Amino acid sequence: MQKLTNRSAAVDRSPMTFSERIYIPSIMKGMAITVGHIFKKKVTVSYPEEKRPFSPVFRGLHILNRDEAGRERCTACGLCALACPAEAITMEAAERKPGEENLYREEKYAAKYEINMLRCIFCGYCEEACPKDAVYLSETLMPSNYSRKSFIYKKEDLLIPHPKTQDGAK
Amino acid sequence: MSEVQNFKVTIDNITLEVPPGTTILNAARMIGGEVTPPAMCYYSKLQGSGGKCRTCLVEVSKGSEKDPRPMPKLVASCRTTVMDGMEVKNITSEKVLDARKGVVEMLLINHPLDCPVCDQAGECHLQDLSYEHGGSGTRYEFDRRTFEKEDIGEYISLHMTRCILCYRCVYTAEQLTERREHGVLERGDHAEISTLLGKSLDNEFIGNVIDVCPVGALTDKTFRFKNRVWFTKPVDAHCNCTKCSGKVRLWMRGDEVFRVTARKDKWGEVEEWICNDCRFHKKDVKDWTIEGPSKIDRHSVIGQGHYVGLKKTPILIDKVIGKNPKMLMDIHDVSDVNKPEIHLSQIQGPAHSDDFQKKDK
Repeated sequence: MQKLTNRSAAVDRSPMTFSERIYIPSIMKGMAITVGHIFKKKVTVSYPEEKRPFSPVFRGLHILNRDEAGRERCTACGLCALACPAEAITMEAAERKPGEENLYREEKYAAKYEINMLRCIFCGYCEEACPKDAVYLSETLMPSNYSRKSFIYKKEDLLIPHPKTQDGAK
Repeated sequence: MSEVQNFKVTIDNITLEVPPGTTILNAARMIGGEVTPPAMCYYSKLQGSGGKCRTCLVEVSKGSEKDPRPMPKLVASCRTTVMDGMEVKNITSEKVLDARKGVVEMLLINHPLDCPVCDQAGECHLQDLSYEHGGSGTRYEFDRRTFEKEDIGEYISLHMTRCILCYRCVYTAEQLTERREHGVLERGDHAEISTLLGKSLDNEFIGNVIDVCPVGALTDKTFRFKNRVWFTKPVDAHCNCTKCSGKVRLWMRGDEVFRVTARKDKWGEVEEWICNDCRFHKKDVKDWTIEGPSKIDRHSVIGQGHYVGLKKTPILIDKVIGKNPKMLMDIHDVSDVNKPEIHLSQIQGPAHSDDFQKKDK
């Protein structure tokens, strides 16, 4: 049979020599590697006290954006849900009524908007698909929890604070 | 009686024989595929349509066998009939592709970029056209024309800003209904589809203007903002209707009928007209006999759900273990979206904020 690589070697089945049989040289060799690591630089980070810097392209929890006047940018076009490979995003749209112009930027808006964080794989396709600059992935890690219910993020959980009424309220 | 001599016509180096009087566009449609020029205003089922949008422009490199001179300008293929020995260039002509790009730019000059809001998105011919033939930018620097919003009845909503003045809806009303109540008013840049003195459109077959409209200018008010087209599943169905053939396409989500339209062929044209009753009032699965999922072009976004059958795959785990598996979470307990007790499809017109508040109680 033709070899795929040159790295394969035949198994050596000759009887062990005396130094191999007492194992001490092999043990010493292994211990040398182990002890050598004590003097090397630590690769682990003791997490809560020490934090690794995020990569500039890190993708964490989603936010729903507002415009300068504090109106919701999302118009429930469904492109994020269409782009989502994990089918994590669902929404229901509604028509803006007269008098709600200060709440919603467009004639149509997302009355309900939900991201199932159990499904989300944080690929960022929703951010890329959004034509209205409404959904962004922030640099926040998703908090862990014991119950599944807390992972269904609704519109109120995702919206950023209102720049006028809620600014600095957090 | 002598047999009528068929004309030989060559379109993009493909030769075929067609009866005299056939337009170049229809001859190209007999070949099908990429050779067919796109059409925004021509509609084979409407007499007199065509010749307005100029997207179907083709180059005639040889007029006919008797007069082989090429035609001096590009011609609208929906209005030009074939001659014997005619040679037509569509996608093989650089001139045509360039002209079509210009036509798309012209059509988009006044067309708003509100596809995220528009209900037609996903089945919009202008969207497809600009994607396939258009450029990526516009050179237009001025404000787009705008119109005051007009209410034309409780079933059809009119967005005049999106209109490309193809006149299809005017011909539909003229040829399908007893009385045409809308038309194009004013001239030039001010031209607009309108009913004179705020009449509402309520003829028996007037709902077909929604299907005929190539853009989102005329849309179904009973489906307005309910769902995106590509999230609903298209299903062929029929019913015993006394007024029309009753053959329709249902756009469903779960067991809810969100929208009813006529069936469309591969050119995006209605196969059989349907009446207003079928279109707007039968929003219940019990009204229909379902035939099966519609065939959707695999390049269309509407096919993203990959609906191939209507039968659900049986879940056998309860038969194996003898009881229902323990659910760790029922999504409807937590989620506000797609609540089983809320029937968006039953609401007349678009949902509003109070529709959801009512349900929250």
